[in-house]
Amino acid sequence: MFFAKLIFKNVFRARLRSGLTILGLVIAVLAFGLLQTVVRAWYAGADASSATRLITRNAISLTFVMPVYYREKIRAVPGVTGVALSNWFGGVWKDPKNFFANFAVDAPAFFPLYPEFVFKPEEYADFLRDRKGAAVGRQLAELYGFKVGDRIPLRSGIYPGEWEFTVRAIYDGRDDTTITRQMYFHYDYLNEQIKKVFPRRADQTGVFVIGIADGSQAAEVSRVIDAEFKNSLAETLTETEKAFSLGFVAMVETIVQAIRGVSYVVILIIMAVAANTMAMTARERMSEYATLKALGFKPGMVGGLIIGEAFALAMIGAGIGMLLTTPVVRAFHAATTNVFAKMPLVPETFWLQAACAVVVGLVAGLVPAVRAMRMPIVDGLRHVA
Amino acid sequence: MSEVLVAIRHVSKSYHRGNQVVPVLEDINLEIARGDFVALMGPSGSGKSTLLNLIAGIDKPDTGEIVIEGTDITRLTETELADWRATHVGFIFQFYNLMPVLTAYENVELPLMLTALSRAERRERVQIALGLVGLTDRQKHYPNELSGGQQQRVAIARAVVSDPTILICDEPTGDLDRQSAADVLAMLRRLNQDLGKTIAMVTHDPRAGEAARRMTFLDKGQLTDASPFAMH
Repeated sequence: MFFAKLIFKNVFRARLRSGLTILGLVIAVLAFGLLQTVVRAWYAGADASSATRLITRNAISLTFVMPVYYREKIRAVPGVTGVALSNWFGGVWKDPKNFFANFAVDAPAFFPLYPEFVFKPEEYADFLRDRKGAAVGRQLAELYGFKVGDRIPLRSGIYPGEWEFTVRAIYDGRDDTTITRQMYFHYDYLNEQIKKVFPRRADQTGVFVIGIADGSQAAEVSRVIDAEFKNSLAETLTETEKAFSLGFVAMVETIVQAIRGVSYVVILIIMAVAANTMAMTARERMSEYATLKALGFKPGMVGGLIIGEAFALAMIGAGIGMLLTTPVVRAFHAATTNVFAKMPLVPETFWLQAACAVVVGLVAGLVPAVRAMRMPIVDGLRHVA
Repeated sequence: MSEVLVAIRHVSKSYHRGNQVVPVLEDINLEIARGDFVALMGPSGSGKSTLLNLIAGIDKPDTGEIVIEGTDITRLTETELADWRATHVGFIFQFYNLMPVLTAYENVELPLMLTALSRAERRERVQIALGLVGLTDRQKHYPNELSGGQQQRVAIARAVVSDPTILICDEPTGDLDRQSAADVLAMLRRLNQDLGKTIAMVTHDPRAGEAARRMTFLDKGQLTDASPFAMH
């Protein structure tokens, strides 16, 4: 208790210096938490994916399509419980900046594969009945203020012209991990229009979403599906939904890794700052440490006082930084909600922040502590700060 | 005053300055009896502070032995020396060396934190020590709220609170005005005469030297003839 009091009093002895160091720690821990959360946000789609869903796409690339009739052949593969079409539409609402994910799907087959999307039964029925109907996720509806009954005109770079949809249902996520920032509409509506304008592009789809009975059979089912279309005009590549999502993250992997790297660099910088603070502090107090040793305090106790002070400094800064992380991440998410559907702030981030603070405290205090422990008492007593 | 408390035998000490070896003490032999009050005097660089540091166990000689109450402290390890100092030595420094973040009470309590005493026992001892130096009413004050003389009195209270075998005073009046210096010397004399504390003091100040029972002179690292000083 006495030592804790001494440590605490010493922390606030040079108030300006300690205050600035704590401020630096707060900013560093906050930045670390925010950047870690941003990195996690990139993977939110993959984290939300199901182990019992596969995605089949054209083996060449996502920009190549596959004939719709593949659906029946895929359905016949053992282990497959359902198949649905999903076609990227690429529409924007009013302005190119209002960009969000929108897909043409065969709804009766598609939504049973996504039990995490929770509909009101009457809205879902209305959506199925209306050929121009759209189902909008809750996050998306809140972002743009969409309500049931609203007419949403979209322009697509892939399918020219203005396409009008009516919001018939707004679905919720089953839990916090479910992303509800997409819009779905009927594939038949898209296909009918395409038949009129671009007949050669009709009856094709970007991907098949496949439900399987057993997640552990994903590799085998994928192999069988791809073998089925081997040497066809549109060979397929089937992978788990998670692998498919991670494929998108891989496109920006360098950026994500850079963000992750920066988050640790921030910690390294503050570690150097804190170490400098502690080095200055300890140098100024060599005479006091020598006095303590003369009075009978063992070198380990003196070292403990210094490391304890560095640790306390780091913990105060980290504590404030951790407290501020949640509101700051929320504010950041609010400002970037059209980029990140989810910004999951998980306990692991807080543990990492705390771990960084522990490391910063120990490293910052270690060198001055060892120096004070090894310092001959006589030299320390002669020391002038 | 016949029992020998401190026996210094054939002690030599030198410092290294670059490649040069600078002898500080050469073949010192000195005895301090229990209850004695010795003033170590001499010009700057004579080695008196080094000798005091050796007696206090915060420095080690190159050769020779220093036996205090039957223990040759030159043979103790750093850890053993720390424990030994905590039990046997009370320090009074020229610049007081109080912890600025601790109150007078907490500074005096500091040596007791190394003992197994309970909080109540510590409080009792601290109050006695502060009462001895007349600072009971200043116990909640921080060092920067006290005068130099008061700070040195707190340091004296800290030195005696654990009832050490010997008090080591390094220029205890060196930073004080005349009146405060006289008060501190009077206090040391009282500790010696009334409580029987053994005191070894380094000083430049002849008046401080006269406060001691005897003066021992060092010059160029060697003891020179010193006449016992009659106190009574």
